[in-house]
Amino acid sequence: MIKRVAVIGGGIAGMEAAGLLASRGYDVLLVEKEQDLGGNVAKWDRLFPSKTPASDIVNKIKLGLSPSIKVLTNRTVTRMIRNNDNFALLLSDETLEKVDAILVTTGFQVFDALRKEEYGYGIYDNVITSVDLERMFASKKVLCKNGKEPKCVAFIHCVGSRDEKVNNHYCSRVCCITAVKQAIEMKELYPTADVYCFYMDLRMFGRYYEDFYHDAQAKYSVSFVRGRLSEAGETHDNKIVLKAEDTLIGKPLKVTVDMLVLMTGMESPDTTENLSACLELEQGNDRFITPADPYIHNNCTHRRGIFVAGACTAPKNIPETLADARSAVVAIEDYLFTYTD
Amino acid sequence: MIVDGKRKIWKDYQKEIPDDHYFYVRSCIRQNFFPASEVMFLKIMRDELACDIYENEYHTTCSGIGYHCDVVPMETTMTVIARQFALMTEAGYKNYAASCITSFGLYSEVIETWRHFPDLLKKIRKNLKEATGREFEIPEYLSHASDIIYKVRHDIAAKGKYRLINRFTGRPLKVVEHVGCHYSKMFPHKGIGGAEYPYVLAGMIEAWGGEVVDYPERRHCCGFGFRQYFIKANRGYSIANTHKKFESMEPFKPDMIITNCPGCPYFLDRWQYAIAEMEGKTYGEDGHGIPVFTYEEVASIVLGYNPWDMGLQVHQVAVEPLLNKIGISYNPEEKYKGFNNEDMGHPEKPVNLKTY
Repeated sequence: MIKRVAVIGGGIAGMEAAGLLASRGYDVLLVEKEQDLGGNVAKWDRLFPSKTPASDIVNKIKLGLSPSIKVLTNRTVTRMIRNNDNFALLLSDETLEKVDAILVTTGFQVFDALRKEEYGYGIYDNVITSVDLERMFASKKVLCKNGKEPKCVAFIHCVGSRDEKVNNHYCSRVCCITAVKQAIEMKELYPTADVYCFYMDLRMFGRYYEDFYHDAQAKYSVSFVRGRLSEAGETHDNKIVLKAEDTLIGKPLKVTVDMLVLMTGMESPDTTENLSACLELEQGNDRFITPADPYIHNNCTHRRGIFVAGACTAPKNIPETLADARSAVVAIEDYLFTYTD
Repeated sequence: MIVDGKRKIWKDYQKEIPDDHYFYVRSCIRQNFFPASEVMFLKIMRDELACDIYENEYHTTCSGIGYHCDVVPMETTMTVIARQFALMTEAGYKNYAASCITSFGLYSEVIETWRHFPDLLKKIRKNLKEATGREFEIPEYLSHASDIIYKVRHDIAAKGKYRLINRFTGRPLKVVEHVGCHYSKMFPHKGIGGAEYPYVLAGMIEAWGGEVVDYPERRHCCGFGFRQYFIKANRGYSIANTHKKFESMEPFKPDMIITNCPGCPYFLDRWQYAIAEMEGKTYGEDGHGIPVFTYEEVASIVLGYNPWDMGLQVHQVAVEPLLNKIGISYNPEEKYKGFNNEDMGHPEKPVNLKTY
């Protein structure tokens, strides 16, 4: 009998896993809470460090989704009933789906910059987030509120990450390299603009990331300042005044910029708590889902037959997310091969 | 500026403020700086709004100035505060209203500390009992007096004779609001509007017809910052802070400043004189300064009280330009008359800061 797997979350991890499971002969159900598949990556313009359009990656993964996959969008899982090794999932539209295994790929949500009140997002006209800037890049219009080109732009790293005040102690990992990418793109668009990056540490962990960072300084003259923003204020002509400390020279500094970009980090989605309760999963103190162990069974959970992949367990970049999704498929296959219904 | 963004934040930082029955404690220094502010608060609450506000002549300093200057230890401060609470308890009140921002911040800090360290609370109860024989309850509601005026701001507007409107232009007056650092910077949820965009004074300005000015150094200290001023060698920092704020607000051309802290109106007012004499620079119109008020004074102006009865003549920066803009009638001859028309004497005129 063909085994059935539910994949919860239709971002790149969910789509990649669903496609591979289907190609291996499993009956796959893909549940997505949004109207469209693609998750956070689909909302991005270009990717670091190659500047490949995000849509290229999303579309390639979508091509792997066979027509046999039952895709249910605008739906969430509201209840799980376990019967030995079978599961019945009650969805938000009151339908019931029976499956043999569950893969959770609910990914992350972007930190809500409104919570860093002192940075003025949602208050000052020219304070935007990295997500807003991607949208601007996609529309080819990166302009201040008054319609003018920015002559001075600052990027603030670690917004909502490594920050006890917002209860996020962890590093979101991809914000540093995203800031480098966006700073370079800003200089490509406006070569005479002054561009600053305010950072705590620069975590260039991926292949070519360090080269990208080097290029930002050597080729594009992006200024990197080691210091965390303390507050932002607005001048009478809608510029943004930044107060920070340059911790390398040990002096406070004040900079007035035309546009402030907040590099918002990753958070476990607000829906994780309900989903974890529903599927009896464990969450860590960072609110991401905890796998059975972080080394060998990192796609397994503490619940038999329920698996995890992608950024729902921790912040990850795209290659890591996709590799995790593929490895989850192997784990699910191993599990379904050994269990009898 | 996206005002709706601020409104969203303001919704998250609301606090419960009782309607009535307050035990009121005055500030150590406000009566010297702005002598009628506390009197006007009591007058407005009792005479205009028929509220029960009780004060007790035996209350003392909260010791905040000493505490923040590192000369009074925490446990001593706590015991002094426990005695204030004992006076409230003995008088049969549960709602505590502080006139001073530093006191309000310190009461908040002490109550929060006791919540986290109950053994310390036991020790302070014992200290107080041994020292004075008194016992106390922690207030059910702790309010700053500006919270209370905020709560009744629409009542004041309804009873008011004037609004914060420039009668020559018909436009709202541009008002800088300066909220004392100890109001909500330590405990954002204990202040109306939070720490970053407090609403306590902005709400009054809106209700009374003015327009709030938000400028880059809005959050910056007024220049009092105890160690900056009380340590004589640091006084350069004090005036430098004030100077920074005025330079930042200058392009917005504010008509007036409203404050809710004992030190802030004093330093924002007096240092304008010092800056004018040192640098020859003034920030108001035609060589005047920007008038600085306490919120009680502004409430009293709105309600139509005689400016000289509420002590506006002791301000360093002349208030007349603002009174003229609003259209308040006043007798210049009465400005320096005391009780029984006694002449109080006229202050020496500054060289650079224009006065009346």
